[in-house]
Amino acid sequence: MKILVCISNVPDTTSKINFTGDNKEFDKNGVQYVINPWDEYALTRAIELKEAKGGSVTVLNVGEADAEPNIRKALAIGADDAIRVNAHPKDAYFVAQQITAVAKEGGYDMILMGKESIDYNGFQVHNMVGEMMGIPSVTPAFKLDMVDDSTARLEREIEGGKEVVEVKLPFVASAQQPMCEPRIPNMRGIMTARTKPLKVVEPAGGEAKSEYVNYSKPEKKSGVKLIDAENAGELIKLLRNEAKVL
Amino acid sequence: MSVLVFVEGLNGEIKKSSLEAASYGSQVAQAMGTTATAVAIGDVHEEALAKLGEQGISKVLYDADDRLKQFVADAYVKVIAKAAQQESAKVLVFSNSNIGAAVGSKLAVRLNGSLATNVTELPKMDGGNFIVTRGVFSGKAFADVNLTSDVKIIAVKKNSTDIISNAGSTATVEKLSADLAESDFAAAPKETVMQDTDGGVLLPEAEIVVSGGRGMKGPENWHLIETLAKELGAATACSKPVSDIGWRPHHEHVGQTGITVSPNLYIAAGISGAIQHLAGVNSSKVIVVINKDPEAPFFKAADYGIVGDALEVLPKLIEAAKALDK
Ligand SMILES: Cc1cc2nc3c(=O)[nH]c(=O)nc-3n(C[C@H](O)[C@H](O)[C@H](O)COP(=O)(O)OP(=O)(O)OC[C@H]3O[C@@H](n4cnc5c(N)ncnc54)[C@H](O)[C@@H]3O)c2cc1C
Ligand SMILES: Cc1cc2nc3c(=O)[nH]c(=O)nc-3n(C[C@H](O)[C@H](O)[C@H](O)COP(=O)(O)OP(=O)(O)OC[C@H]3O[C@@H](n4cnc5c(N)ncnc54)[C@H](O)[C@@H]3O)c2cc1C
Repeated sequence: MKILVCISNVPDTTSKINFTGDNKEFDKNGVQYVINPWDEYALTRAIELKEAKGGSVTVLNVGEADAEPNIRKALAIGADDAIRVNAHPKDAYFVAQQITAVAKEGGYDMILMGKESIDYNGFQVHNMVGEMMGIPSVTPAFKLDMVDDSTARLEREIEGGKEVVEVKLPFVASAQQPMCEPRIPNMRGIMTARTKPLKVVEPAGGEAKSEYVNYSKPEKKSGVKLIDAENAGELIKLLRNEAKVL
Repeated sequence: MSVLVFVEGLNGEIKKSSLEAASYGSQVAQAMGTTATAVAIGDVHEEALAKLGEQGISKVLYDADDRLKQFVADAYVKVIAKAAQQESAKVLVFSNSNIGAAVGSKLAVRLNGSLATNVTELPKMDGGNFIVTRGVFSGKAFADVNLTSDVKIIAVKKNSTDIISNAGSTATVEKLSADLAESDFAAAPKETVMQDTDGGVLLPEAEIVVSGGRGMKGPENWHLIETLAKELGAATACSKPVSDIGWRPHHEHVGQTGITVSPNLYIAAGISGAIQHLAGVNSSKVIVVINKDPEAPFFKAADYGIVGDALEVLPKLIEAAKALDK
C-alpha cells in the first residue's frame, strides 16, 4: 500500500503570535516551527498501516526550504521518503493544487492529512484535494482501518455524532485524535532519516484565489473580576445582570 | 445574481448555526442589492423552512430526497451546485461546521470560487474588493482576506453573527431536484450514530458551556458539572487530559487539538488554562474561571474568577442558578 501523508510546517502551539510590516506579515522572529499536531496523527497511523500491511509512506510538504527540519523529523518518525514542492504556500487552493499534482503522479492508495492547520485554520485542503482528484474525502476521521486490501473503514466526526464510512482505495482522509498515539522519533530513526530521500520539486503552476491583506489581534480582556468563594452565588447574579449572558 | 445560503437541519429544525449563516447571507445580499435564497436538504420540516423569512431569506429551495437525510458529501455538493446555478449565485454562505466546511471546500473547486472558512465578520465591499475577516492562529489573531474569484464561498464561524428575526416574515419554499445518481452515494455512511445528549445541549452549538479539568479530581465529581450545565441550559466540555484518562468522552475535549467553541459564556472549573486549552475557547464572549490556585494562567484570560475549591464552589453556583427565574 502506497500512502502519501501531507504535513504542514506551523508555529509551535505555545508561540506568541505577532505581525510585522504594518500588520501585513506574520513575524517569524523567535518562532519555533513544528509538524502540525494533527498531521502527526496522520503520519503515525500511516506508519502503523505500513507496518501491518506492507507498502511505503511518503511525506509531502508544500513550502520553502525552512520546512526541511520538520520534513526530516517526519522521516525520523518512520516515513520512507519525502517530497517538498518548493513554493511559498500562498493559500489553501494553491496548496491543494500542488498536492493533487504530486498525488496523481505517484498513484497513491491513500492520501492522509491532518484535520486542520493550526496556523491558518482552514479545514479545507483535504476536501479540495478529494474534489480535484475525483475521489472520496473523509474528514475529520478519528478511526481508520483496512477491511480488506481495497477497502478502508473510517469513523468521522459530525456535529453531535459520528458516521461510519467504508470507502474503496484510493481516497483522502484527514486525521484527528484519538486515531492513534503520535510517535516521537527515536535515536535510530534520527540517524536513518539523514540518508532517506528528500526530493525537491518545482510547483506545477497553480493559482491562489485569495489574498491576505491585513492581520489583527483580539482586544485584550480588561482584567478579571474576582468573586469571593464564600459568596460564589453572587457570580450567577453578575452573569445575569452585569454580563447579561444568563 | 444572488446570495445562496446552505442550511442544515437536525430533528426537523434548522440548526442555530444555520440561522446565523442565513442572517449573515441576507445581510450580504442587502449590501449587494440582491436577495438571499436558502438551500436545504434532508431532515427539515417545511414550516421551519418558511420561517427562514425571519432571517431575511426570500426563497428556500428544498430537496426532500430521503437518501439525503444523512450526510453524503458528493450528493450534497451536487444539490447545492444546482441551486447555485439556478440562482446565479455569486456568494455562497455556509456555517463553519464539519458538514458546511466540507461541502464549501468541494464547491470552491467545482465552481472555481474563492473560499474563506472560519469567517467572523460581514464582508467589506469597495473598489472591487471583497474582504472578509477570519480567525487564524487558533484564536490568537484575525486575518483580512480578499476573495479574488468571481464566486465567493464563506463559512461563518459559529456564534459570531447575531441572528436577525423579522417576526412574521416568511420565505417561499420551492422543491429542488438534482437528479442524483446511485454513484453520488458511493461514499455514503454505513451508519450514523448520534450522541445521546440526554435532552442536553450539543457542544458545538451551545451558547453556554460548563467545562471541567483535572482539578475536578475524578469522574465521580462530574455530576457537579452536569447539574450546573442542566440548570443553565449549557453543554458540558473538558480539558484534554480529562478525556485522555477517560473521565469524559473525547468529543467533549476542547482546545487546540480538540474542538473549538465560541459560546457566550464559558465556565472552566479546575482547568489551569494552558495555551493549547485557551486556543479552543478564547473567542468565548465571557469566561469564568474557578481554580484553587490564584496564579493559574486561566485567570489572565478570564472576565470573572473565583479562587477556591471547585468541589465547594460548584454546589453554591448550582444553588444560585436554581434560584434564578428562567
Ligand atoms: C499569507 C500566508 C502566508 C503563509 N506562509 C507560510 C510560510 O511561510 N510557511 C509555510 O509553511 N506555510 C505558509 N502558509 C501556508 C499555510 O500554512 C497552509 O499551508 C495553507 O494556507 C493551507 O492552510 P489551511 O489552514 O487552509 O489548511 P487546512 O485545510 O487547515 O489543512 C488541512 C491539512 O492539509 C495539509 N496541508 C495544509 N497545508 C499544507 C502544506 N503547505 N503542505 C502539505 N500539506 C499541507 C495538512 O495535512 C493539514 O493538516 C501561508 C499561508 C498564507 C495564507
Ligand atoms: C501539542 C499539544 C496539544 C494540546 N492540546 C490540548 C487541547 O486541545 N486541550 C487541552 O485542554 N489541552 C491540550 N494540551 C494539554 C495542555 O498543555 C494542558 O496540559 C492541559 O490543558 C491541562 O489540563 P488541565 O488544566 O485539566 O490540568 P492541569 O494542568 O493539571 O490543571 C489542573 C488545574 O486545576 C486546579 N485545581 C486542582 N484542584 C482543584 C480544585 N479542587 N478546585 C479548583 N481547582 C483545582 C489546579 O490549580 C490546576 O490549575 C495540549 C498539549 C500539547 C503539547
